[in-house]
Amino acid sequence: MDFDLTDEQKAIQSLAREFASEEVAPRAEEMDREERFPYDLVAKMAELGFMGLPFSEEYGGAGADTVSYALAVMEIARADASTAITMAAHVSLGATPFYLFGTEKQKQQYLVPLARGEKLWGFGLTEPNAGSDAGNVQTKAELRDGRWLINGTKAFITNSGTDITGGTTITAVTGKRADGSREISNIIVPQDTPGFSRSRKYRKMGWRASDTRELSFVDAAVPEENLLGPRGEGYRQFLSILDGGRISVAALSIGLALGAYDQALAYSKERHAFGKPISKFQAISFKLVDMLTQIEHAKLMMLRAAWEKDEGRDYVQAASFAKLFAGELSHRVVNEALQIHGGYGFMDEYPISRMYRDQKINEIGEGTNEVQRLVLARLMGL
Amino acid sequence: MKIVVTVKLVPDPNAEKRIDPTTKRLVRTGVETVLNPYDEYALEAGLQLKERAGGDSRVTVFSMGSAALKETLRRALAMGADDALVLSDTALEGSDVWASAYAMAKALSTLEFDLLIVGGLTDDSSTGAVPGALAEHLGLPCITNARKIDVGDGKLEVERETDVGYQIVRGSLPVLITTALTFGEPRYASLKGIMGAKKKTIGTIGVSDLSLDLPVGTSGSKTELRSFAPPPARGKGRTVEAADGVAGATSIFEFLREKKFV
Ligand SMILES: Cc1cc2nc3c(=O)[nH]c(=O)nc-3n(C[C@H](O)[C@H](O)[C@H](O)COP(=O)(O)OP(=O)(O)OC[C@H]3O[C@@H](n4cnc5c(N)ncnc54)[C@H](O)[C@@H]3O)c2cc1C
Ligand SMILES: Cc1cc2nc3c(=O)[nH]c(=O)nc-3n(C[C@H](O)[C@H](O)[C@H](O)COP(=O)(O)OP(=O)(O)OC[C@H]3O[C@@H](n4cnc5c(N)ncnc54)[C@H](O)[C@@H]3O)c2cc1C
Repeated sequence: MDFDLTDEQKAIQSLAREFASEEVAPRAEEMDREERFPYDLVAKMAELGFMGLPFSEEYGGAGADTVSYALAVMEIARADASTAITMAAHVSLGATPFYLFGTEKQKQQYLVPLARGEKLWGFGLTEPNAGSDAGNVQTKAELRDGRWLINGTKAFITNSGTDITGGTTITAVTGKRADGSREISNIIVPQDTPGFSRSRKYRKMGWRASDTRELSFVDAAVPEENLLGPRGEGYRQFLSILDGGRISVAALSIGLALGAYDQALAYSKERHAFGKPISKFQAISFKLVDMLTQIEHAKLMMLRAAWEKDEGRDYVQAASFAKLFAGELSHRVVNEALQIHGGYGFMDEYPISRMYRDQKINEIGEGTNEVQRLVLARLMGL
Repeated sequence: MKIVVTVKLVPDPNAEKRIDPTTKRLVRTGVETVLNPYDEYALEAGLQLKERAGGDSRVTVFSMGSAALKETLRRALAMGADDALVLSDTALEGSDVWASAYAMAKALSTLEFDLLIVGGLTDDSSTGAVPGALAEHLGLPCITNARKIDVGDGKLEVERETDVGYQIVRGSLPVLITTALTFGEPRYASLKGIMGAKKKTIGTIGVSDLSLDLPVGTSGSKTELRSFAPPPARGKGRTVEAADGVAGATSIFEFLREKKFV
């Protein structure tokens, strides 16, 4: 057994850490306050290779592994969750479907500019009435005269409406099977498709500098060849995309927890009460110890899931464990970290107040805590 | 254009350091090794010149130091250098500036280059004497503290940073140049660079590969480190207790005047 990272993994982690602390952290407060999408940071992440990190070089990626990817997401989230989700959703939800299921032509056309970070791409699964119950897709796509005619609505879609978004891949009902069940397929919808429109950005409690929108399709028509993967394979495809996404969200959660811990640690040494730094009170130092112990725990779970994926093994259970534990852990950590800040933590100018708001989505996105338990119960044969 | 950049591997400037009282040398265990920060600027200069010159231009990184630390140079390769050469030998231990520069110059003269770019100062020994000594041994002109370098048709123009402004210096190749920190922030090693760096070579040579006429190491050194002391610990600050704001401000002002700060 070997717990050492490879030289590349270490170098990628320290690149992400330097980039995050030098370029991202100083901007996080303002981006959050003004709900400003950081185009310049995305361009820099593209230049450094983060936007195509795990894809092979032939498709414009950097050819790094999942462990490196998870470490990079973690380090960026440590500085700012919004920037991290922009990168992570682009890689694991936007570009990955093309990488896994695209034809060679689709990879050249769509994946290459995404891996280079020239464009962003969304993944539209959730609908106003289909979230956890993602199989209950209402959006329909009918094949008519060699074109898919799409009608429906998608909710909460990340990266779907920026100035550099190229489009969104959506799940839609494309027909009925012989046994009467609904056939779900994934369809590629470019941004300029007539009949496809995006709402304004949602006003959000957290991840405020990330781009999340509602999508509407009214007789939106795309060519038949815009089917991603075989017809009727949509359900299986998005489940496998979400499996990988769990590693992303675990990494996001751990990064956020680490960031909150960094803030609490520094504050506890500066803040004096009753004649000494508050870090000298056992009640505070024990909180910090418990925080770091659990962060270490979550990190091991996440790295194990990422490693299993790199080894080509079945990583679904490890990824669900990691996502569930890390999401809930980030809740406890931001809560205690804010507690250590006292009243100042409630003030907007302290990063911990933003981190507290950014945390909640970690327990909701890409499978709620409850859905994670559902998945695990099933895997455990319950 | 062929460019060589010298890079020293130094203990992390941010780490706490200790000197071993018996060997009078820095204790390196437990302290991470990094590229000497000044040398990252020298490397940035080299990489920019290589990009501008295009064609088959190359940047080679040269370092003298422990072979065990040579993987640290992978970062320079990830930033864009093409290859690296390390001069490493136990016979070099105890070398002072004179002996170090002599050995380095002998190794550098085995490489072909138009430009030798050297950092201005190291973070550990901080003598700043190596560049001049290298130029002397190699018989090269030496232009220090460059903030801008232009090379065209074998002609060289350098802007030198000085206390009062800058000078423009012209010269010819080959040349040794040291870079100022105003040259421009060193680049990040990109992911492509990191992934590509593992395929690049870090060569190693020893003293027996050089034709040395003079001794190196302790016996080749002309200076001797007699004693050392850690910097004095900072004393306790003075606390001003005053009845009101005016009295407090007055006593702080008096303190500043006494120290001639105002
Ligand atoms: C900021 C943001 C960005 C997002 N980005 C994307 C995106 O890019 N693409 C995308 O497709 N989606 C995206 N989502 C949607 C997200 O994945 C869903 O919100 C999430 O899956 C939950 O679905 P829901 O909101 O419909 O909640 P619901 O499914 O309605 O759940 C409501 C509550 O019921 C619980 N519940 C539901 N079913 C069960 C059950 N069987 N047993 C026990 N409890 C249950 C849930 O756990 C939850 O507590 C995003 C959401 C947000 C907020
Ligand atoms: C008596 C004595 C014994 C010493 N023994 C040792 C010893 O055993 N081991 C030891 O490590 N040091 C030893 N030193 C320190 C050693 O002499 C200096 O580190 C060396 O001369 C370089 O000087 P500097 O670091 O001050 O370089 P500076 O002149 O400050 O460096 C300027 C530039 O020169 C280049 N440069 C300098 N050194 C190197 C290098 N090694 N490789 C590549 N480029 C370089 C860099 O680009 C740097 O930015 C000893 C010093 C003395 C006086």
